[in-house]
Amino acid sequence: MVLKSTSNRWVWILFRLSLTVVLILGVFGLFLWALGKNPLKAFQDTLRLNLLNPRGLSEVVVRMSPLLLTALGVAVPFRAGLINVGAEGQFLMGALLGTWAAFNIAGLPPALHLVLVLLAGMVGGGLWGAVPGALRALGWVNETITTLLLNYLAPLIVGYFVFGPWRAPELAMYPQTPELPVVPYFPVLPGTRLHLGFFLGLFFLGLYAYMTGRSRWGLELRAVGGNPEAARRLGMPVERWLLAAMVLGGALAGLAGVAEVVAIHGRLKMAVSPGYGFMGFLVNWLAFANPLGILIMSFLLAIIASSGFTLQITQRLPYAAVNVLMALILFVVLAKPFRQGVRR
Amino acid sequence: MDEDRLTCESDKTVVCLRGITKRFPGVLANDHVDFQLQSGEIHALLGENGAGKSTLVKILYGFYHADAGEILVHGRPVHIRSPRDARALGLGMVFQGFTLIPAMTVAENVALFQAELPRFFSPRELEQSIRAASDQYGLALDPKAPVWQLSIGEQQRVELLKLLLAGARILIFDEPTKVLVPHEVEALFRVFESLRAQGFSIIFITHKLREALSCADRITVMRQGRVVGTLLARAATEESLLHMMFGEKLPEITRSPGSRAPGEVVLELRDVCTRPVGTAPALDHVNLKVRAGEIVGIAGVSGNGQRELGDVVLGLLRIVRGKKFFLGQDATSWSPRQLVRRGIAFVPEDPLSMAVVPGFSTLENFALMDLQAFSKFLGTVMNWGKVRTFFREGFTKLGLSPLPEPVRASTLSGGNLQRLTLVRELSRPYHLVVGLYPTRGLDVRSANAVRQAFLVAREQGKGVLLISEDLQELFSLCDRVLVIFRGRIVGEFRPEEADLTEVGRLMTGAGVLHGS
Repeated sequence: MVLKSTSNRWVWILFRLSLTVVLILGVFGLFLWALGKNPLKAFQDTLRLNLLNPRGLSEVVVRMSPLLLTALGVAVPFRAGLINVGAEGQFLMGALLGTWAAFNIAGLPPALHLVLVLLAGMVGGGLWGAVPGALRALGWVNETITTLLLNYLAPLIVGYFVFGPWRAPELAMYPQTPELPVVPYFPVLPGTRLHLGFFLGLFFLGLYAYMTGRSRWGLELRAVGGNPEAARRLGMPVERWLLAAMVLGGALAGLAGVAEVVAIHGRLKMAVSPGYGFMGFLVNWLAFANPLGILIMSFLLAIIASSGFTLQITQRLPYAAVNVLMALILFVVLAKPFRQGVRR
Repeated sequence: MDEDRLTCESDKTVVCLRGITKRFPGVLANDHVDFQLQSGEIHALLGENGAGKSTLVKILYGFYHADAGEILVHGRPVHIRSPRDARALGLGMVFQGFTLIPAMTVAENVALFQAELPRFFSPRELEQSIRAASDQYGLALDPKAPVWQLSIGEQQRVELLKLLLAGARILIFDEPTKVLVPHEVEALFRVFESLRAQGFSIIFITHKLREALSCADRITVMRQGRVVGTLLARAATEESLLHMMFGEKLPEITRSPGSRAPGEVVLELRDVCTRPVGTAPALDHVNLKVRAGEIVGIAGVSGNGQRELGDVVLGLLRIVRGKKFFLGQDATSWSPRQLVRRGIAFVPEDPLSMAVVPGFSTLENFALMDLQAFSKFLGTVMNWGKVRTFFREGFTKLGLSPLPEPVRASTLSGGNLQRLTLVRELSRPYHLVVGLYPTRGLDVRSANAVRQAFLVAREQGKGVLLISEDLQELFSLCDRVLVIFRGRIVGEFRPEEADLTEVGRLMTGAGVLHGS
């Protein structure tokens, strides 16, 4: 069988994605209807307040920024055949190390300081990814388990600092750090909360698309993921690639974390992530590491995250109602590999 | 062999297979096979790998369905659609891979297998029945022992016990001795004898002559999907069985004498030992030299260290003793990457799992041969034009027509996959090509393309190490053939002066079965 022509493949991917969306919205509609709400009205309100309204749309994009990066943080290891469930932990560790750099580096021009803070975030996430990566490369522990477990560890470490040594003295009742000194210098689109993180996300998405699709490194990474045995016999350093993929993935998720701290919260606190790492995992598994799919799916999941607030206001539903939606998506995601297995 | 012409209807015949034919894509695994098992006999099914022994017993046990032919059990025609049907007829099979749950005890594993395990059962009664059966058949098993603590031989006996307690009277063993060490083999044969004495009928598959001769009552020899004949073990000799297994005459040599004498040594293994991995044998003081312009063959029944040998050459398996030299340099601890870069090409048996990336196109797979040469600007840009040129040239050089470029490797036929691997591996500068069963499972044309490529490599002064089970292939291509058995090189021959009987004897472990 010859590969489907490129345009056909795109049509197929888009068809699959939209079918997924329709299915999920249908079931969620039933759920709203069962609660005595009018699903059509709810969808309408969500659409009106989040998409057809410039301010709402900009908020959706604000939520999309970390998702792009955490999804890439899952996608890069995915290409090497690794399942990184730990973007949430890597996000938090990025936020933590970025915060450290913001407070502890001094005497530099603000722009340079900002760059170092972002790099520190990437280092934090990268190190948090390096641990499972190294354990996997050594053949000791499966990365799915370690990344998952490290997700439980990261909030405890962040908690230690925001409740303890870094706690802001002036707001002693809240467990959070003082405002980061680099916050005023972080580029934000005037009149919105749309920040540099979004453009970094787009930049890294483009880089990811190019590198995995066209470069030698991407080919090697995908060869390791596609057939590690063959890759090893071809003389590729398979173990090094596994480690590198986890470090890169962790660094991207860590960047999302530090950008979120600087741009949205201004300070480190426990609630910097409403589950962006987990949502990034969903995005990648819906998109199957396809760059365009990641773009579309992070946008969709950002809408869902925003619609949680909309539903709260217009339908008097708790924010947790969108968790039902997320769970539905999770079902579809989990069912997917099975369906693919059947098709072959 | 008139005395063996028992009819299927005879009282003594418990299982009768008539005209069993089974075709897999590209292979006729069983070709009108007739087979009878008598009551209370140990019947060895002897033949090389791929002779169709396993297929035959799996048809009997309901795993496969025959395309043609019939099965009679106790004289009655039966339809065995699944192993469940087979078990209901009193058949039981011990597989090569065991189906035990390591964390559970012997008793629990046995209990799980019982067809009618009551919802609540008495562990004590179960243990007692296990102990009784264990004593009755000489299995020496402790019902309370967790399975993970047991040796391979003991685990095999647990499998057997499961079948016995489930009421099996006809027992089938698929290469039972393959995973066993010599004293366990002896123990197993004693169990066979005690079972025979109590009226059980046994079929066991082997490719080792000595085993068949030492413990079977009758021996059926298969070759290339057909039954060559059935002999009484006491009337059989090693000679006669070898001839039945491998054919009468030495394969004709099609190789040219070689335009030049073999050159300097490309690869040398000096006293190489490895550690055993799983049930595979370790290499045991292997000495080997491959010169430029020479094809060296490794003959042996698969699973005797061939794969390990290939892995050692490629640097994938650590050498714990001895040394490896490549082009005169000590390469004992070189990484696969270094070896590949210095010029080792590799053509494996199953390219889809060992050489190509299934999701990649043919062109992408080809590019993996040397990504550095095919990329620019620190690897950020691939030069696909260059890949394409090399791709086409590679095929033309080997006299093959190029495969279409955008086709995904997973959709190629086995023959085309092997062509792709061959072209990729032989397109880069190399000094040694290692073939690990490179023609296994290929159609004749594809297999010949591989063989031709190896002969061309030899002409060009490359070293070739050809690991194969196909004696015909080895003796028609190689300058020298070494025989490997249980990780040791047990003989060396030149094709011109080889005695096929002797090669077969060494391959099947004659003389070293219980020795070593």
